[in-house]
Amino acid sequence: MSDSDRDTIVRFENVGLRYGLGPEVLQDITFALEPGSFRFLLGESGAGKSSLLKLLYMALRPTRGKISIFGKDVAKVSRGEFPALRRRVGVVFQEFRLLDHLSAFDNVALPMRVAGARESDVKRHVEELLAWVGLKDQVNSRPPTLSGGQQQRVAIARAVITRPKLLLADEPTGNVDDKLGLRLMHLFEELNKLGTTVIVATHNLGIVRQLAHPVMRLQGGRLSMDEAAIIADLRLDEPGIGGVPRARAGLERFH
Amino acid sequence: MVFRRRSDLPLDKDALSRFLPWLIAFMVFLSALSLAGMLVLRAAVSKWDTGLNATITVQLPPAADAKADERRLNDTLSLLASRPGVARYETLTKDRLLALLEPWIGEAGQAGDLPLPLLIDVTVERGAQMDVPQLARDLAARVPGATVDDHRVWLSQLVRLVTMVEALAWSVLGLIALATIGTVVFTTRTGLAIHREAIEVLHLIGAQDTYIARQFAARALGLGLRGGFLGLALALPAIAGIGYLASETGAALVPKPDLSLFQGVLFAVLPFAVAGLAMVTARTTVLRSLKRQI
Repeated sequence: MSDSDRDTIVRFENVGLRYGLGPEVLQDITFALEPGSFRFLLGESGAGKSSLLKLLYMALRPTRGKISIFGKDVAKVSRGEFPALRRRVGVVFQEFRLLDHLSAFDNVALPMRVAGARESDVKRHVEELLAWVGLKDQVNSRPPTLSGGQQQRVAIARAVITRPKLLLADEPTGNVDDKLGLRLMHLFEELNKLGTTVIVATHNLGIVRQLAHPVMRLQGGRLSMDEAAIIADLRLDEPGIGGVPRARAGLERFH
Repeated sequence: MVFRRRSDLPLDKDALSRFLPWLIAFMVFLSALSLAGMLVLRAAVSKWDTGLNATITVQLPPAADAKADERRLNDTLSLLASRPGVARYETLTKDRLLALLEPWIGEAGQAGDLPLPLLIDVTVERGAQMDVPQLARDLAARVPGATVDDHRVWLSQLVRLVTMVEALAWSVLGLIALATIGTVVFTTRTGLAIHREAIEVLHLIGAQDTYIARQFAARALGLGLRGGFLGLALALPAIAGIGYLASETGAALVPKPDLSLFQGVLFAVLPFAVAGLAMVTARTTVLRSLKRQI
């Protein structure tokens, strides 16, 4: 393992993915993320965003190429080693994937309990976080009784409760208004400042325009990292939500 | 909060897991019955064994006249007296014989003209190895027609039969165990299929296979215990009832099914054994099934 590998959170080398005998939904994906990066992943629906995220949270194995996560070659990770690796990855699933029979509290507590945390710690952290995302009064509600936006916040709380090293979010602002969407993004930014690498797949160009984070774009299963081209193509330099322009200076931070 | 029983999977709601306690109750009920049968048979055999082991009966056919009878009897008795291992012998009197025969032939024997064999009850010294066939040959040489009835031959055949029945009971227990395993494997696999989505989420947030298996195992243990005690609760009155009927019919051959402490423990262990089997089976099934996924 080289030094650069050790410092890299995620590294994809010529990764391809196909489902069964179908066409490749991802082709020749090559990129690397340093610790502390914050990336927007753009792309129309069907472009392969969710598939790319599935490779990142190790729900799928690539059909070709090499993926390293936290410096470990995923192809060489044994079944028994996956849980430890996955505990360092927080995921906000597109359909939330909350467990309907558990309360909001128990859903958010799950990653801590799975990792064997003390119940007193679980109670403290979960209640604090649920209050922070504005669900203080829904602690004991079950997901089916919550609105889409509330469910989304439970899902986000579950993803960040263990302060993961890598946070993946699939359309995390899809069911909330722009104001709350921005608030949730600020939560991600807080975590990012503490060292978590964040990848947010989104359609919401308003938020992308507002927050000065590097973008990458999937088109037809291929990944483009050409910032200038993406910004020009999607007109990301136009004013974002509330007329605030994308901070060009902020972009520079990451280069 | 800490002591609250919590399951991350809604296993309680599966129709099959509601069905499982009843199946297990049935299994335990059958196991308890065959266990009780086995214990009763064992007790009976040991009773017969001590009761009959030590005696043989010598039978002399009736001779033409009383004088001949007496000579043959004396010959026989002197031969028996010279034998090592004979503790005691007793000639059954004619009155006694008639009394024994009365239930079958009624008063007819009283006339005195019925040719009755002479019977000698021989008690063998405890622990002595008596060569009964040799004794029979010696006797027949001196007293033509004399036969020796060794109860042990009859008993050993009975014991063989009982041993076979006991083996049968064991295999019934084995089959019940297999059926329980099969049932639990089936319900667990169904549970895995029903909760596939939730299990995948658990995996993706970093749950070990053992964490998921523990949930299924705890569930199977709970259901197994519930079913096990239900089955035992149903079986004990049934066994008591059969025991009562057996003693009512006066079957002297069957001893009263009194439970020794050890036997009581055997019955008490039954629900735990079945529940433990269900738990281990569920755990193994989950671990083996999950291993096939990514």
